[in-house]
Amino acid sequence: MVTATEAAARDEGEEPPAESAFIELDRVEKVFEVRRKTGFLRRERRQVRAVDALSFTVARGEMVGYIGPNGAGKSTTIKMLTGILTPSGGRLRVAGIDPARERTRLARRIGVVFGQRTTLWWDLPLIDSYRLMHRMYRIPDARYRANLDRCVELLELADLLDVPVRQLSLGQRMRGDIAAALLHDPEVLYLDEPTIGLDVVSKAKVRSFLRDLNAERGTTVLLTTHDLQDIEQLCSRVMVIDHGSLMYDGPLTGLHEAAEGERTLVVDLERELPPIEVPDARVVRVEGPRQWLAFPAGGSAAPLVARIAERYPLVDLSVREPDIEAVIAKMYAGKAVS
Amino acid sequence: MADHRLGEALRAYRLIAGMWVRSTMAYRASFVMTTFGNFAATALDFVAILLMFSRVGALGGYPLPEVAFLYALTSISFGLADLAIGSMDRLGRRVRDGTLDTLLVRPAPVLAQVAADRFALRRLGRVTQGALVLGWALTRLDVEWTPDKLLLMPVAMVSGCGIFCAVFVAGAAFQFVAQDASEVQNAFTYGGTTLLQYPPTVFAKELLRGVTFVLPLAFVNWLPALYVLGRPYPLDLPRWTAFAPPLVALACCALAGTAWRVGLRSYRSTGS
Repeated sequence: MVTATEAAARDEGEEPPAESAFIELDRVEKVFEVRRKTGFLRRERRQVRAVDALSFTVARGEMVGYIGPNGAGKSTTIKMLTGILTPSGGRLRVAGIDPARERTRLARRIGVVFGQRTTLWWDLPLIDSYRLMHRMYRIPDARYRANLDRCVELLELADLLDVPVRQLSLGQRMRGDIAAALLHDPEVLYLDEPTIGLDVVSKAKVRSFLRDLNAERGTTVLLTTHDLQDIEQLCSRVMVIDHGSLMYDGPLTGLHEAAEGERTLVVDLERELPPIEVPDARVVRVEGPRQWLAFPAGGSAAPLVARIAERYPLVDLSVREPDIEAVIAKMYAGKAVS
Repeated sequence: MADHRLGEALRAYRLIAGMWVRSTMAYRASFVMTTFGNFAATALDFVAILLMFSRVGALGGYPLPEVAFLYALTSISFGLADLAIGSMDRLGRRVRDGTLDTLLVRPAPVLAQVAADRFALRRLGRVTQGALVLGWALTRLDVEWTPDKLLLMPVAMVSGCGIFCAVFVAGAAFQFVAQDASEVQNAFTYGGTTLLQYPPTVFAKELLRGVTFVLPLAFVNWLPALYVLGRPYPLDLPRWTAFAPPLVALACCALAGTAWRVGLRSYRSTGS
C-alpha cells in the first residue's frame, strides 16, 4: 500500500516526490436541487449553489483553517474532498486522486473526524474500535502498534482503552476519534469542528496533538471550526468561505485586518460608573457596574488593563475573542464601504 | 476484479457483523431474552395457523402438514435473509442523521457496511422455529421423495433467501430517495413472508399475478413446494417453473444491485 511506504519515507526525513498542490480545486461547483412543496401535490424546484466556482490549492504539510458561517459550503467542500459527494462541475484532486471516482482508494490515504458523529463503537471498549481499523485498513502490525502507542501516549488514552465508548466524556471521545482516524497513517486529516463542546483542558490537548502531528509527520490538516482560537493556535493559513465562494485566503492576522477585527474587554467595576475613558478603546456597552470595551484585535490587552486598573476600581475582567460570524459580518461591512 | 470486490465486500461484512455480535454480548442477559423473544414472536405466526386448523380441516384445500411445509420454507428463507441483512431498513435513518457519511470514508464497499449494520444473532430465532416446523411437517407429509425433490428443497431455501435479500436491498435503495420509507419495505418483506405462509389457493388471481410476475415472491416457496407436494400450480404455470427460483433470485439480486448503485449515486449527488 502507498501509505506504509510513504509514511516510512517520511519517517526517514525523505520528502515524497514534490507536488506543487496536494489538494487541488479548480472551479469546483456543487448545485443541489431543492424541492419545496407549494401545494398538495405541486412542488417547486429550485437550484441551490452550495459551492460556486471554488478554486484553491493546499500544499503537502500545510495546516489550514476552513471557516465560514453555517450553510456557507464548508461541509459540502469537505464531503467533496473525501469523495462522499460528487461535484456538479470543475476539477478536484486529492493526492492526485479524483475522490468521487476512486472513493475507496482515496479512503486509505485520508483520515476524517466528524466532530459530532463518532465512528467509535458505542458499546465496546475503545481498543476494539482500533482493532477494527487495524483490520479494515489492513495496517501492517508493526505500524499499527507504533501508531497506536504514539496516539495513546500523546492523547493520553492509556486508561481509556478498556472503557466502553459510551462511558467516555465528550473530550475523551473526541481524542479517541482522532486516534482512530490516524492509525492508518493518512497523508491528510480532515477535522470537522474538532473542539466543539470540549472543555478548556481537552481543547488544549487536542490542539497540541494536532500541532505535533503536523510538525513531526508532515500530515496535511484541513479543519473547519467556529472557534477562532483553534485557528489562531494551529493554522498558518485560513480560508473563509461564504455563499459557496472564497471570501479570504491568507494568514489569520490578515483576516483581522481585512475585517478590522476587534476584541472585547469586559470589566467589572466596584460600582456603577460613567463609561470608562481610555485611549485605543471605546465603551460599547454598559450594564450596571459591568462595561464592555472594544479594542483592536491586533493590540495587546495588557497595557489597556493596566491603564484601567490605575484609574478605576477594577474587580474582575475577561477578554473575548471576536467570533467568526462577527469577523465575517465585518468583512461584508468593509466591502460595502470600499 | 469482480471477485476481488466481492471478496472485499464479504470481508468488510464479516468484520462489521463481528463487531455487532461483540456489542450484543456486552449485554448477555438482554441477548438471551431478545433471542427467546424473537423465537416466541415468530412462533406466534404458526400458533395462529394452528388455531385456524382447530376450526377447519383444510385451508384452501391444503391440510395442516402442507400449510406447515409452506410456512417452514418461507420462514427459513426469510429468516436467513433477515439475519443476514435485516437491518438495512435503518439506512433511511443513517441518511437523515448523516452517519452514512462515516461509512463512505472507509475503504470498504458501502453496501457491505450497511448490510452488516446492527447484525443481530437473535434473528436466528425465526430460522430455528422455521426449521422445527419443517421437521415436524416432513414427518407428517405424504410425499414420495425423489432425488429432484430432495435437491429442490435446499436450492429453494437458498434462492428464497436471495429473493428476500434483493427485496431488502431494493427497499434500502429506495430510502436514499424517501428516507422514511422503511414501512413500505416492511410491507414487502414481513408482509411478503406472511402471505407466503398460506397456500396460493386462498388468494385472488390478481394478487397471485402480482407476486409471480411483478415481485416474484411466488418463487420463494410456493412453486417449489407445490412441485414437491404434487399440487397444481397457481395461474396454470408450467411444471418447470418449480426449478426457476435460482434464476429468479439471480435476476432479482442483479436488479436490486442496480437500484442500489442508482440510489447511492443519487445520494452522492444530492447529499440527502
